[in-house]
Amino acid sequence: MSDLKLVVDNRQKAALVIDAKDNVAVALEDLKKGETCLIRFEDLVEQLEVMEDIAFGHKIALKDLQQDECVYKYGEEIGRMKEPLQKGGWIHSHNMYCERGLKNG
Amino acid sequence: MGDKFMGYQRKDGSVGVRNQIAIIPSVFCSSKVAERIAYQVPGSVYFRHPVGCSQVGEDLEVTAKTLIQIGKNPNFAGVVVVGLGCERFSPYELAQGIAPTNKMLETVVIQEEGDSLAAIQQGVKYARAMQQIASRQQREEADVSELVIGLNCGGSDMTSGLIANPALGIASDKLVAQGGSSILSEITELIGTEEILARRAINETVAEEIRQTVYQTEQKLERQTAASSNKNRTHLISKGNYDGGLSSVVEKSLGSMKKSGNAPFSGVIQYGHRLTSKGLYLLDSPGHDGEVTTGEVAAGAQIIVFPTGRGTPTGFPGVPVIKITGNPRTYEKMKENIDINVGQVMTGEKTMQQMGEEIYREILEVASGKLAKAEILGHDEQFCITRLP
Repeated sequence: MSDLKLVVDNRQKAALVIDAKDNVAVALEDLKKGETCLIRFEDLVEQLEVMEDIAFGHKIALKDLQQDECVYKYGEEIGRMKEPLQKGGWIHSHNMYCERGLKNG
Repeated sequence: MGDKFMGYQRKDGSVGVRNQIAIIPSVFCSSKVAERIAYQVPGSVYFRHPVGCSQVGEDLEVTAKTLIQIGKNPNFAGVVVVGLGCERFSPYELAQGIAPTNKMLETVVIQEEGDSLAAIQQGVKYARAMQQIASRQQREEADVSELVIGLNCGGSDMTSGLIANPALGIASDKLVAQGGSSILSEITELIGTEEILARRAINETVAEEIRQTVYQTEQKLERQTAASSNKNRTHLISKGNYDGGLSSVVEKSLGSMKKSGNAPFSGVIQYGHRLTSKGLYLLDSPGHDGEVTTGEVAAGAQIIVFPTGRGTPTGFPGVPVIKITGNPRTYEKMKENIDINVGQVMTGEKTMQQMGEEIYREILEVASGKLAKAEILGHDEQFCITRLP
């Protein structure tokens, strides 16, 4: 990420990265396909093109992801990809699976 | 040299951040007498509860142990135990349990005093005498390693797991790194992260205790939901969680777990037990706000730090509850209830690290006497002892 200080333009839509290891960021407002959003991690920022509509609180991919690749948030694995996804795409239960919580009890 | 705070030295070596007199009923029947005593003695608090009799087995033991540990908490300079006289959990047993702390301690028993008026009068005399002595005690410098904080989140929204809990984790790590203690609980909110928690254990024995604690909670939940047509474990995560952007139970639970930062876990403590050494601990309690914080105060926490997204005003008798919110709108609406607006991370004004440090500084200030907002407003709803089936 570019070593810029915290952004001057707070009007730009942003998504937040929680841990340096993460490959997703969380949208801090509704993001629309084609927009550029600001990815923030501590005092680092970078621009990312949004590839599909992503609602507030949902996850955006920070890099291209392969099928079965681990999804990291909080620096931990929260699931794996059911299918490949491009950078800027939306990650949720439609394209991510997690063994834990799916198998029958 | 670690950071310092100004606290009240106790005879058992612990340090209080408040200097109150606790009026503790041994049974629900003496709750009103305890309340009346507390009303007449400024600087005292009482602990209303619905238990202490007609209980058996482990359920009664947990009630008994918890009441004893509340009395032993260093925030209380003295304790007046108020009993009825015929209850299953004897007021004398309660007093005996508290006695090893060598703090000021008296017992009033309604059936021995004659009636409730006589019991109130005697209790007020005891509490007033204690208060006068306590009022002369000065705060002294204490090492931050004497602090124990209890962690609990309630009234959560998506900002809790995203911002408030991770920021609190930074503060908790900072305290633990300096030899202080921190208690994570809400086991129901940790299901799915047991292996991640176990990985943070100081040794394999603790790791296995952590796995078993989460596993048993999950088993209990499954028994309770067995009658439902949906036997899939996905009942651990709700439709609202999915709609809000959480894609797995692991993701949801990590948001809760992050209150405890990344420090290693030194052990698991059972409900009604006091910490015997320092560090980060996991307390075995279900996720009810009051049951959790009561268990944490019983374990020795002098301060609770409480992230809330939607905003809850609750507090604990004699124990400061520091409220933090990751939601800037909630902060604007509930400024009188919430101490720290961690939502500045949302708006880009502050980083997570900066907010974590701000929470840590607030903990030290509150430990040194700054009143938390829940204290100023007299909130005391959280005292609530867990029950066993």
